[in-house]
Amino acid sequence: MSILLKVDNIHTHIGQYHILQGVSFEAKEGEVSVLLGRNGAGKTTTLKTIMGLTPATSGTVTFLNEGITKNATHHIASNGIGYVPEDQGIFGALTVEENLKVAMRKEDDAARERQEYVLELFPDLKKYWKKEGGHLSGGQKQMLSMARAFINDSKLLLIDEPSKGLAPVVIEKVMEAIVEMKKQTTIILVEQNFIMASRIGDTYTLIDDGETVQSGQMSELVQNEELKRQYLGIG
Amino acid sequence: MKTKFQVNNGILIVIVAALAVFPFVSDSRTWTILLTQIFIFSILAMSYDILLGYTGIVSFGHAMFFGMGAYATAIMLNRIEPTLGVFFLSIAVGMVIAGILSFLIGLLTLRLKSHFFAMLTMAVSGLFLVLAEKWRTLTQGNDGFTFRAPEFFKDRMMFYLLVLACLVLVYFFLRRFVNSPLGRVLIAVRENEQRTKSLGFQTLHYKVIASVIAGVVASLAGSLYAISLRFVNTSVLTMEITLDALLMTIIGGVGTLIGPIIGAGVIELAQHYLSGLAKDYPIFERWIIFFGIIYILAVIFFPKGIVGTIRYAYWKRKNNDLKVDVPAPKRKELIK
Repeated sequence: MSILLKVDNIHTHIGQYHILQGVSFEAKEGEVSVLLGRNGAGKTTTLKTIMGLTPATSGTVTFLNEGITKNATHHIASNGIGYVPEDQGIFGALTVEENLKVAMRKEDDAARERQEYVLELFPDLKKYWKKEGGHLSGGQKQMLSMARAFINDSKLLLIDEPSKGLAPVVIEKVMEAIVEMKKQTTIILVEQNFIMASRIGDTYTLIDDGETVQSGQMSELVQNEELKRQYLGIG
Repeated sequence: MKTKFQVNNGILIVIVAALAVFPFVSDSRTWTILLTQIFIFSILAMSYDILLGYTGIVSFGHAMFFGMGAYATAIMLNRIEPTLGVFFLSIAVGMVIAGILSFLIGLLTLRLKSHFFAMLTMAVSGLFLVLAEKWRTLTQGNDGFTFRAPEFFKDRMMFYLLVLACLVLVYFFLRRFVNSPLGRVLIAVRENEQRTKSLGFQTLHYKVIASVIAGVVASLAGSLYAISLRFVNTSVLTMEITLDALLMTIIGGVGTLIGPIIGAGVIELAQHYLSGLAKDYPIFERWIIFFGIIYILAVIFFPKGIVGTIRYAYWKRKNNDLKVDVPAPKRKELIK
């Protein structure tokens, strides 16, 4: 499988703080790469740096063999990276339909097909088609946020903590959707829920204090009790 | 069954028809002038709503575009000749200058965070005010100048009807604009700019487009205002004009388009009656103080404005009507 995204030794500063101090990993086409680590380790900042929201001060991000480290966020998104932020970022005043239409950018046949696909994936969205985003439940917002990132034919999806604050029954639905999306795109997932992460993920990258400490196959991490205890506090 | 859209349009048509007939059935000159002022400020307030309500941009310099339109019309009618052709040409010139200026200012300043942008617009607007004061050969400074309006407008009713037509056209144009895909992106920018960027939009471009549309429409309002007074001075460029537009938009309802029209009506009528009361009660000579109080109370207790509050109450009632009792799922079902 070819490498879709390569993050090489990135450093990111936010204000006076040196948040990322050497994060490196690769995402291969068709795989789910999971970023793991304690709270405040730098997982969300890594995703934001890839998206150009908090640009890296050094290091490189390569997507489809092209450097995107210094690119503006809208260019990165237009090149095919979709982002589902931790807070979902739903446009509260727009309806579900309008949220998806804004994300679609062009309304051609391919876009309409993708819209059909996401509505099959998240039937709840069809049910609340004319409801304003601000009036959806947490789970519905999460689904809408994922649908919105996916509808643009993104070659890579960055999903930040999709299970955060959701009821178990909703987490299950979200997980099923990610598994389904994996058939169509590559995913980088930030997830605190290790059970969920280990079921979906193909590879993992452990981040601690803004640095990559270990990468490998998810199946290896599941077996490695020492690593899980040391960096994730479980096991 | 009629849709909500058809009902709303029906109500609007009835109101516009009633306003169009008004000067034929009433010979009150005061009311004709007052309504003309309300229509002009409605256009200005709607243009401000595109910035504040639909894009989330707070500008303290909106008066400069209003003033630009007013000066373009006054200077051209004064220096060329007071004909209808020159009047329409002056409107176009004002709009083009306002469009170019709002484009340049927007491009340079809209990258900044909202409060810095607000401060900068105030500074740029101040610069234009000083320029108008100092360039006496063109503007005659603070004293201003009177000019002749085209013969056609000698009859106040004709001008009233023209301004009403402009208001209706601007309203439908802006409504089409905010309901277009571009308008949806503007709302997205207002709601969450970073997220809109992550969806692949260069948000600066959209903010500049909103700024240009708002500037051009404000210039039209300025041109009409100058004709209504047959006089222009630097007061058209002052902060007071911007604050009026802001107040009208907030009182009527931010991001509703129809709200600013209602806001303009409320403010202009209040201004008219409060200043009228000054003959009997001297305190009303300082009616601007009452406006300050209304503004503070509106922001604290009435943040959605008149239209926003009505819409919210309607939405709440509709949702209560739709509410049905759904039994909570049992724990076993959740675990499964």
